[in-house]
Amino acid sequence: MTDVAHLIELLTVLLLAVFVGFEVISKVPTTLHTPLMSATNAIHGIVLAGAIVAVARLFGGSAGGALTILAIAAVTLGAINVFGGFAVTERMLQMFKRKEPGK
Amino acid sequence: MTATAIGTSLADLVAIALFIYGLHELNSPATARRGNRFAMAGMAIALVSILVATSAVGWWAVAIGVAIGAIVGIYAALKVKMTAMPQMVALYNGAGGGAAALIAVVQFFIASSNELDPVVAVSLVLSAIIGSISFAGSIIAFLKLQEVMTGRPVTYPGQQIVNAAVLVAILGLAGWFVATLGTLPAWAFLTLLGAALLLGLLFVLPIGGADMPVVISLLNSFTGVAVAIAGFELDSTLLIICGALVGASGTILTIAMSKAMNRPLTNVLFGAFGAAGGIEPATAGGGPQQIRSTSADDVAVMLAYASKVIFVPGYGMAVAQAQHSVKALADQLEKRGVKVLYAIHPVAGRMPGHMNVLLAEANVPYNQLLDMEDVNPEFPTAEVALVVGANDVTNPAARNVVTSPIYGMPILDVDKASNVVVLKRSMRSGFAGIENPLYEMPNTSMLFGDAKASVDSLTAAVKAL
Repeated sequence: MTDVAHLIELLTVLLLAVFVGFEVISKVPTTLHTPLMSATNAIHGIVLAGAIVAVARLFGGSAGGALTILAIAAVTLGAINVFGGFAVTERMLQMFKRKEPGK
Repeated sequence: MTATAIGTSLADLVAIALFIYGLHELNSPATARRGNRFAMAGMAIALVSILVATSAVGWWAVAIGVAIGAIVGIYAALKVKMTAMPQMVALYNGAGGGAAALIAVVQFFIASSNELDPVVAVSLVLSAIIGSISFAGSIIAFLKLQEVMTGRPVTYPGQQIVNAAVLVAILGLAGWFVATLGTLPAWAFLTLLGAALLLGLLFVLPIGGADMPVVISLLNSFTGVAVAIAGFELDSTLLIICGALVGASGTILTIAMSKAMNRPLTNVLFGAFGAAGGIEPATAGGGPQQIRSTSADDVAVMLAYASKVIFVPGYGMAVAQAQHSVKALADQLEKRGVKVLYAIHPVAGRMPGHMNVLLAEANVPYNQLLDMEDVNPEFPTAEVALVVGANDVTNPAARNVVTSPIYGMPILDVDKASNVVVLKRSMRSGFAGIENPLYEMPNTSMLFGDAKASVDSLTAAVKAL
């Protein structure tokens, strides 16, 4: 049976995170919108953690075969998302420079 | 709670704090890099924590996936050209959505016709659907941006009906899934996935290139939502919070982009903007006769003896990879004491902030890049507005031609500068397929040719003065 109290806890967390997200993100200047997108992209790469859980559940049980391939694919996609997202953001942010004085 | 469980929960808490603080640091270019590092640290902590929490069961499968993903992801990130950034972001985004959907698929088959907890059932089917839409939509967006397929809206009769039918099928199957708590036959679940992928594809197909900033933002928010829902499926506050942050970010950007085009989101998504007549103005023989063509030498004189010049970059600058040339010209002008500013329209280019990144790559200091609201008061006192590959965002028809499709869209007031010079390949209309009366105005002259070549010749001509 569903643990309703726990569900409400999770919903509370979700609600608060949405509010925090709106507050924090709305302060990002338009200049940084592309790095913002790629940074948030990298952050949703946390789905990799979910893929790792799925792998663990899969290997904890008896299932395998084709499912193993799907699980590895999920991990791969999540990893592309995380590593690529952070790397590209880092590369972009390196370029944002202030005007050097005297130039 | 075991000691390990307490440890990993605390680690997650630290990771969440680092994510939020990292995003907070993105509020200024000066601290943004540090912010990204904070988020990276948060990610590292979260991933180690999850490996500990799962006792690294199936570690070799994780290792294979992470190794491939890290190599592919980092290699692509280092190789990609800045001009190709929109499609890169679309791909990474699709990867996240695809991962969320695959997790749901694996979960479904692990449960193998055992009833799921109702919360898990609902969240599993939702993350499968939204993840699939995001995955397929991002791939189409990538193909359009990479110009593997046409960037113009793809439309056919009955399109909305087909989309609606697919949506109804998805809702029906999802209802079946929830009603049976995930014990429906595998073919039904796979059909559901297929339909969701199809919907992702169908919904991006009719959207034109100029509307891509909206689509990319929206897909970003979709993946965020899919990840947040996967958090309910896996009972992970970490995923819920991260997903919610991204969902909020994507939503803010989507709204900002729609506003910048003064079109409701529904119009962007379902309007197939620029489909009708999109091609024919390009080939129409009876083009405007009043346009004045000019030479690089004339423009160079105009620029060199101006006191203030405003550059207006657009997608054409990205296509021609002209950002470094633009910076070189600006340097020449600044040497002569000309004040140079850059006017950045929110939807110039193919993703939010596209022009800013390109100019940053060319070492243009970010404090010279002005937003629309800040730069518009500068045009009346500028001697020259130099339009480099921008079109629709400079179209004065948006201000005064009520019948124009872009009427009401906030634009850059380039026409208020004493002189307007438009660098353009040909008299082709922009992505929206709309004639631009700017080109016929008496203070406008056109410099035809590839944007990069034109800017280079301007730089040479200014140097020679």
